[in-house]
Amino acid sequence: MPTMRSLLVRGMLVGLAAALLAYVVAWFAGEPQVAAAISIEEAKAAAAGEAAEPELVSRTVQETAGLLTALLVYGAALGGFYSIAYAFAHGRLGALGARATALTVAAAGFVVVYVTPILKYPANPPAVGNPDSIGRRTALYFAMILVALLAAAVAAYAGRSLSSRLGTWNAALSGVVVYAVLVGVAYAVMPPIHEVPDDFSADTLWWFRVASFGIQFVLWGAIGLLFGGLTERSLRQGTPREAGLRPAATR
Amino acid sequence: MAQPAVPVSRPLPVTIPVREILPWAVFAAVAGLILLYFVGAEQGATHLISGHTVHEFVHDGRHLLGFPCH
Repeated sequence: MPTMRSLLVRGMLVGLAAALLAYVVAWFAGEPQVAAAISIEEAKAAAAGEAAEPELVSRTVQETAGLLTALLVYGAALGGFYSIAYAFAHGRLGALGARATALTVAAAGFVVVYVTPILKYPANPPAVGNPDSIGRRTALYFAMILVALLAAAVAAYAGRSLSSRLGTWNAALSGVVVYAVLVGVAYAVMPPIHEVPDDFSADTLWWFRVASFGIQFVLWGAIGLLFGGLTERSLRQGTPREAGLRPAATR
Repeated sequence: MAQPAVPVSRPLPVTIPVREILPWAVFAAVAGLILLYFVGAEQGATHLISGHTVHEFVHDGRHLLGFPCH
């Protein structure tokens, strides 16, 4: 049995490694779109006769150290949360081994924490979004994440309760349906946000959102694959008891 | 050696007791939320430190990770 401490440390380290990979995507796919959006913002400000905003942090620092720091901090936090979710899932997802469990938890995390919220409140580049509504937009975005997490918890509970009656596969599908229905209701109930200016470049907006998706996909994917591989290896190298020779009877 | 003589080809993983996970879950949640707050929301919707330097420093990451930003 892996200890919780080792899983948490592994999760955070794996999150840092995944953030480095995500930075490569962010640099090549994300930064050109951020730059394009900022030039739109500046052109608008210049046309309106506004003075250029003072640069507190230079663009060079924002693109390099700032972005890397943000991704590393986010990756470490995500890796920590992920390891807790993995600990609950380990040995409780039917007959799945460490690697398959790790990837399943990562896929679920990606869908719940990122994909579900952005389908309602998508990622926006600079120059999109009214500064005055930042409080409301932030509250709604975090509320959407919270709703998705609650829906996932309910779906997981429903799936586990049904597994003895329906079998693992059909119970898992039922869980997915429960999740989809709950999220669908939340989408219908929560207020929409329409703040993309009419004249904003659709091309920049689309590729910015694709880049954001790619960054998160690589982040979660790398966490799932690295964490699973490392956990599998440590279980194989552990003592027979740690390697899981005892049947998973205590659930 | 109290090992079974029959080798188990594909052993099921042993579960981790929930009571062992919980204290770590609380610790990781608190630490993680503080970290996420600084990447995702500090000096945006709300602020603990005045000014815009934290916001500007993590600006690109905040946008690209999907958090709402100015």
